[in-house]
Amino acid sequence: MAEWIEACAAGDIDEEDVMRFDHAGRTFAVYRSPDDEYFATDGLCTHERVHLADGLVMDDIIECPKHNGRFNYKTGAAKGAPVCVNLKTYPVKVTAGKVLIEIE
Amino acid sequence: MVIVGAGECGARAAFALREQGYAGPVTLIGAERHLPYERPPLSKDGMAAGTDSIRTIADAARFEAAGIALRLATEVVSIDRATRKVGLGDGTEVPYEKLLLATGARPRILPLAEGSRNCLYLRTHDDAGAIAQRLRPGARIVIVGGGFIGLELAAAARGRDCTVSVHEALPRLLARAVPQDIAVVIANAHRANGVDIHCGVSIAAITDTDHGVLVGMADGAAIAADLCIIGIGAVPNAELADQVGLAVENGIRVDEQLRASDPAIFAAGDCCSFPLPLYDGRRVRLEAWRNAQEQGALAARNMLGADALHDTVPWFWSDQYQLTLQIAGLPDEGARTVRRDLDDGAFLLFHLAADGRLVAASGIGPGNSVARDIRLAEMLIARRASPQAEKLALAEIKLKSLLAA
Repeated sequence: MAEWIEACAAGDIDEEDVMRFDHAGRTFAVYRSPDDEYFATDGLCTHERVHLADGLVMDDIIECPKHNGRFNYKTGAAKGAPVCVNLKTYPVKVTAGKVLIEIE
Repeated sequence: MVIVGAGECGARAAFALREQGYAGPVTLIGAERHLPYERPPLSKDGMAAGTDSIRTIADAARFEAAGIALRLATEVVSIDRATRKVGLGDGTEVPYEKLLLATGARPRILPLAEGSRNCLYLRTHDDAGAIAQRLRPGARIVIVGGGFIGLELAAAARGRDCTVSVHEALPRLLARAVPQDIAVVIANAHRANGVDIHCGVSIAAITDTDHGVLVGMADGAAIAADLCIIGIGAVPNAELADQVGLAVENGIRVDEQLRASDPAIFAAGDCCSFPLPLYDGRRVRLEAWRNAQEQGALAARNMLGADALHDTVPWFWSDQYQLTLQIAGLPDEGARTVRRDLDDGAFLLFHLAADGRLVAASGIGPGNSVARDIRLAEMLIARRASPQAEKLALAEIKLKSLLAA
């Protein structure tokens, strides 16, 4: 059953940045876009299971810290070699200054 | 379109031709029997795990779907530049309109080790399998060469409870490509993990014994080992190009569009030397995964007439134990170094030219602690930026803010 889980406070993440969030044995990446929206994806790159939260956010792209695999973190779309498998995304909402993500 | 060499570079080039919309025939010819695969894990986590798994770049179905004709376990023995045909080991010929040589490099051979059954080199998946099989707990491993291959294998061998010593001829580890401060961190990590490191030593003799090998040092010492692994650099596979009269200069000589001295022939990856616009056209040859990818993709575009320049920042990484090292740019272009300390012992070195331009950045730390900053530094380097040294030194100042400046 899907439920909304508190990942962090809205102010914990800078604009155009990313933070790692671990929950129930799983790892996620929570993003704040340059235009101040929040997004969430699986935390590990689909190429070599590296934590994306160590990577660089530029506009709507997260770049894996290891091999520069790129994803659109808003849609999860893989943006070319070496990554070819899309990233799973999760619904996000900000309520009372808290960033919540919906995990099934 | 014909591509000789089915490693990272050749495979990326083949797919890039399709991504660019080319609909004609693409033939990818590889000497190994395996589907194109990723080489970096061979000396790193792949070796540590010791599994026989192979990380292919794409499976057979993807090559088929892309209409890429794969000719594996196939040697190219000749190139007829006049009639534009490559000759294969089985006597058949493949015609080309444009040819890409992505023939890679091979380990430099240590003549003293010739004929030894207990001295191994690492380049291919099969090489890795042969080494992995012999990294049994308690095995005594002598590694000749304190470069990346030797050190990554040393870390993998320690992970499998082997006894490991590393013997480097130069006065320090990683002397060719890595700043001293970072090499010291790596040397300390190896020592802390029980690797016996000797620098400034040379090998005088290698003799197979009943159960292993005896490595004789120039100072008279002799080390008994079960296996000797030799990692003393790589040489470009440029012989075929040389035989057919293409210019060769530390690999196949190409221009900034990766074109060889024949306009129908391109070369990319470990096998070629190319001018780097970033450093006033300094000619380099890089043995690096990302370079292989980028050049493969760029060569594909230029085979289709894009005339695009190869103007990127060299970048590579190495994993040893919990540490990751990343270097962007060529540190030896720098006249001075500015250090920025991060958490957990991680640090960055910014290499500045005499005129203040940032020409390289190197960093080391646990996990991916330096990755983001090295990536940002790479962007600064690409922009030929001259950030203030005082700002580079302060961890509180985000590199991203310097990029915006």
